[in-house]
Amino acid sequence: MGYGADPVAVLELIEAHAARGAIVVLGNHDAATLGRNVHGMNLQALTAIAWTRKRLGKRHVDFLNALPLTVREDERLYVHASAAVPERWTYVTGRRQAAQSLEATDARMTFCGHVHDQKLYYTVATGYPMPFRPIPGTPIPTGRHRQWLAIVGSAGQPRDRNPAACYALADLARSRLTFFRVPYDHGGAAQKIRAAGLPERLARRLERGA
Amino acid sequence: MRAPEPGVEIDGFRLGERIHVGSMASIYRLEGLPLIMKIPRLGAGERSANVVSFEQCRMVLGALSQSPHHPTLVAYGDVETTPYLVMEYIEGTRVDQWLGRAPLSPQETARLGHALALALHEIHRQDVIHLDLKATNVIYRASGQAALIDFGLSCHRHLPDLLAAEFHSPVGNWVYMAPEQIAGERSDPRSDLFALGALLYELATGKRAFGTPDSVAQLRRRLYRDPPPPRALVRATPPWLQEVILHCLEIDAAQRPTSAAEVAFDLANPGQVAITERAERTKRESLQKVARRWLRARNFSPSAPPPPATDLAPLPVIVVAIGAQETAEPFFEALREAARRRVAANACRIACMTVVPRAAALTDDTPTGRHIKQLVSLRRWARPLGLPEERLTYHVLESDQPAAALLDYATVNEVEEILMGAGKEAAQIVTQAPCSVTVVRAPPLS
Repeated sequence: MGYGADPVAVLELIEAHAARGAIVVLGNHDAATLGRNVHGMNLQALTAIAWTRKRLGKRHVDFLNALPLTVREDERLYVHASAAVPERWTYVTGRRQAAQSLEATDARMTFCGHVHDQKLYYTVATGYPMPFRPIPGTPIPTGRHRQWLAIVGSAGQPRDRNPAACYALADLARSRLTFFRVPYDHGGAAQKIRAAGLPERLARRLERGA
Repeated sequence: MRAPEPGVEIDGFRLGERIHVGSMASIYRLEGLPLIMKIPRLGAGERSANVVSFEQCRMVLGALSQSPHHPTLVAYGDVETTPYLVMEYIEGTRVDQWLGRAPLSPQETARLGHALALALHEIHRQDVIHLDLKATNVIYRASGQAALIDFGLSCHRHLPDLLAAEFHSPVGNWVYMAPEQIAGERSDPRSDLFALGALLYELATGKRAFGTPDSVAQLRRRLYRDPPPPRALVRATPPWLQEVILHCLEIDAAQRPTSAAEVAFDLANPGQVAITERAERTKRESLQKVARRWLRARNFSPSAPPPPATDLAPLPVIVVAIGAQETAEPFFEALREAARRRVAANACRIACMTVVPRAAALTDDTPTGRHIKQLVSLRRWARPLGLPEERLTYHVLESDQPAAALLDYATVNEVEEILMGAGKEAAQIVTQAPCSVTVVRAPPLS
């Protein structure tokens, strides 16, 4: 939402998952669509937000309004950006930000987004957490005596010039985390953005994966 | 925490004889099973690195696919409550048992080195680097295959390196450690080649290439001081063996062989080693040169590690098999064209090969004469490729079963691809080869 030409379809898909028990947290583009803190957004983003807002019905707005900033489930925390102050949408772009996010929770695993690249931070004996760029498809054992912060990556506009969408699977029984990349019809999605008259840059970024 | 006594039961495994007590862990046989259990030393007074090393070992072994070149991980306990690893017990002879008899003959050194290089290549191509290669960490099975043990300091380039942030002084065995490891680099497979070179040096000469350093200052000497050439210690060391050893011991990782497979190939084919000035050295570098290196070493920064193996062409050797009866120039040219395309695509070696019947089966010619004739025609085939000498090797195999001989060669030397004509052995080779096989034909006459 706020990036593409299908906000209603995406929202309704997520609503259906939520009805079956999926965990959903609010993101900054969702918050902006609701008219909450839009500072810091560039003109293209604001244009897309305004365009999106016009297409949402009351039901959609109510659904977004009800979304929490964080969800805690056992040892896991789900949050869109840094867990330090979730409503500030701080990007976890380095070891210091990862430390701040991990210090703000006693959850063993934090799953977040906001930053579009897949990355895994893990605490070590001394100093800031260590970063690791995951290799898609390789399961990573996530020892229970450490804290882990997984940036799952985005569906669309990943920043690594690979247009494929990102996701990750956590195997709770075996304490393993696997990151994945999955191709989708990004060409079709870009065409829809152009057809909708949204900023050209949004279409190009989907195609270039950057 | 004290190490448990034999007889104790842990998660259903009954501990047998304790076969190793180290600073980081104890190792036990398991009663009634061909397995061992490794239990890290944890608790007050023990190094926190022990638990990280345990975790790293579990992670890396768990990710390696099964092979004879390392133990298979069977079970493990939770890091927080009962940390242990259960893995295959590897029966065989450790390198330190050979070191007691060193200097070994060049043939024996090459045989041990070849098996060890193949084992290293097996883990390297899965993007695992051992980083703690030493005499007690290599076991030779009865089959002659080498197995690497103790992955507690290893690094898997697809998984987080838990050890990267853990140590402040160079970690690993100081006798065999590569220069870049001293600088904290943990992601270069060529570090294992340096350790391999240091082990071969010791097997071939009975002396340690860099002594037994007991301070970081002494350890750092290998950043600028070269060891005495093996020939200075054992006069009979053949040039090819000295070449291989000193090539592995290059200070700059970028100057070493590009892969363990290359070292294995050289040790299995002494006649094909590209001899350089290294092979002829009889004394160490001049003090002037050492002084220059010493100045540079103060700001030593390691060469960038190569990208993970999964990004590279897996293996460096392409075999071009030429039937002894082949004579048609259009076919030769088609074969050359196929070889040129491989060479242009990646830095491979071309091994030109032909198989001749065993000497006993010959009637019309002396064995040596026949051999030379074949070598000459292989060289004639290869000359138009215009490749530098070190990228080309020539092999005349003797066997009454040409297909079997070729397949055996391809397996032992980790060949990437075989290029050959559509002779009568082609079908068997295509179906049984351990690698890709391309059957080349001359273009049709128009």
